[in-house]
Amino acid sequence: MATITGHSELDSSPSGDNAGANSGPGRFGDRLFSGLASGSGAIVVALIAAVAVFLVVQAVPALADNHANFFTDRVWDLSGTQIKFGIPDLLWVTVISSIIAMALAVPVAIGVALYLTMYAPKRLAQPFSYLVDLLAAVPSIVYGLWGARLLLGYYQPIQDWIAAHLGWFPLLNGNTAASTGSILLASIVLAVMILPIITAISREVFQQTPATHKEGALALGATKWEMIRTAVLPFGRPGVISAAMLGLGRALGETIAIALILSSSNGDFSFSILNGGETFASRIANNAAEFDTAKKAGAYISAGLVLFILTFVVNAIARVVIERRKAFSE
Amino acid sequence: MSTATEGAAPAPTARVTIDHLSRNRVVTNQVFTVLVHGAFVLALLPLVWILYSVLSQGWSLIAHASWWTNSQRNITSSVVGGGAYHAIIGTLEQALVCAVIAVPIAIFTAIYLVEYGRGRFARVVSFMVDILTGVPSIVAALFIYAVWVTTFHFQRVGFAVSLALVLLMIPVVVRSTEEMLKLVPNELREASYALGVPKWKTIARIVVPTAIGGIVTGVMLGTARVMGETAPLLILAPYAAAINTNLFSGNQAALPTMIRDQFDQADQPAVDRMWAAALTLILLVLVLNVAGRFVARLSGVKR
Repeated sequence: MATITGHSELDSSPSGDNAGANSGPGRFGDRLFSGLASGSGAIVVALIAAVAVFLVVQAVPALADNHANFFTDRVWDLSGTQIKFGIPDLLWVTVISSIIAMALAVPVAIGVALYLTMYAPKRLAQPFSYLVDLLAAVPSIVYGLWGARLLLGYYQPIQDWIAAHLGWFPLLNGNTAASTGSILLASIVLAVMILPIITAISREVFQQTPATHKEGALALGATKWEMIRTAVLPFGRPGVISAAMLGLGRALGETIAIALILSSSNGDFSFSILNGGETFASRIANNAAEFDTAKKAGAYISAGLVLFILTFVVNAIARVVIERRKAFSE
Repeated sequence: MSTATEGAAPAPTARVTIDHLSRNRVVTNQVFTVLVHGAFVLALLPLVWILYSVLSQGWSLIAHASWWTNSQRNITSSVVGGGAYHAIIGTLEQALVCAVIAVPIAIFTAIYLVEYGRGRFARVVSFMVDILTGVPSIVAALFIYAVWVTTFHFQRVGFAVSLALVLLMIPVVVRSTEEMLKLVPNELREASYALGVPKWKTIARIVVPTAIGGIVTGVMLGTARVMGETAPLLILAPYAAAINTNLFSGNQAALPTMIRDQFDQADQPAVDRMWAAALTLILLVLVLNVAGRFVARLSGVKR
């Protein structure tokens, strides 16, 4: 296991010596219990620190030996003695697929959360929200099967149409011949996968809208939608933003669904979302068998490190947004 | 949106009835009512679709007893037969060991946050739990790879997967336990202190037992979550078609890697097995999920 910081040792070990000296029969138990509790807290902090430290330490030798620019060169060649790897295409596919997924999921999630809190019959609201939560329980590999084996057939004609009619737009300049998954298809599946998280948090904040705000809006003659627009949505906005960021973080790191759906095209790179590609996570997962030397593993670990930093930042932003709302509303 | 200005302008007549709403506002209201209902239906569509197709394509295989007792040893992709016993046993073992390690840490962390945590360190812990929630499973897997394989030069085995899953399970259990402990009324704690019971005994005998239903639910939901994780398996536990119950040596199968293995084959028997394995995994996860919520309903914190 990871190293435990000095904190837990200080807290838990000396308690036995001092217990007898202090008064009260419960002293020893109290020391032990609070030591265990704060020690566990320290383990959590130490785990995150250990993740960062180990990834950095193992990425550095590979990065130092990299014969290409990590941030600007679109190469990934670890076979020779001179390893070359760079991440710009991985970064692009990871970020664009997650952002599209978020853009697709957020409006639907807001709609579902509004339905569950404002429209659904009281008695059905609870079982219905449970159904939406079940979406989160479906394992991600099953989403991968769904996207790659079932959804693809229905999606392909749509992609062909988009490529034929909107192909002048650089983002949609696709190769229609490919019968394998594109970034857009992966984004659609990602959107379904992050929908339950965004819905759950939005539902919670919508529920907390003060009844006085809603009643005030209705008493002024607002229709139901106007009440939602003037009372519920402004109150819930920070929560929804934070939920969207959490969903984005989840999408950035999704691995197996992407690996199954997205065709890892070896062709020329393009900015089109109708092409295949690889994300950080799918590149690592697709090549797990290649981890035979420390240097090769180091190249993938440095890609993982970038992903870790990316999700860390996104999640920290989500946390800050929701904290600010708490401070504001209390 | 044009309704903003109209909403602000009062109707000229003294008595405003619903008939006096401008057509525009009524239409907007109805459009959004339809959209909101539509969003809900749209959200359930994938769930129904996935459950239906996995069930219809996987049912015939898992209805046979041999599915639950045989492995895939010596069975090639074009041959019908074999079962998922090797994968089920791997998934259960890895998830169980993960839970044994993660649950005590998570519950004590939650106790710390609710009962002890004040000041800066508590805020740091709470923040780190949130960050841990967001750590992608592939990063957790790479971290354990960096520790287990690169640093200590151990083999890729099932136990390494359990360790990676610990990172993913802790935040789920911490958050749900925390919520449950917060629901325990303060009167109970105060009554206990008033009787001279020390703090640790109050927590161990009063607070935790009161919230135990919710804590068990959190543990079950957390276990269900880690069972479906695939990324740590890809990095840390290569697939094996034969039965291996040893977490510490040799390749070990799990349901997600079995699905992944069959996914690459085009032959119909392999495709059937892929859906059947997916159905088995969904059943395991859903049973844990539904049972967890049932426990919560049976023994929620009562006021």
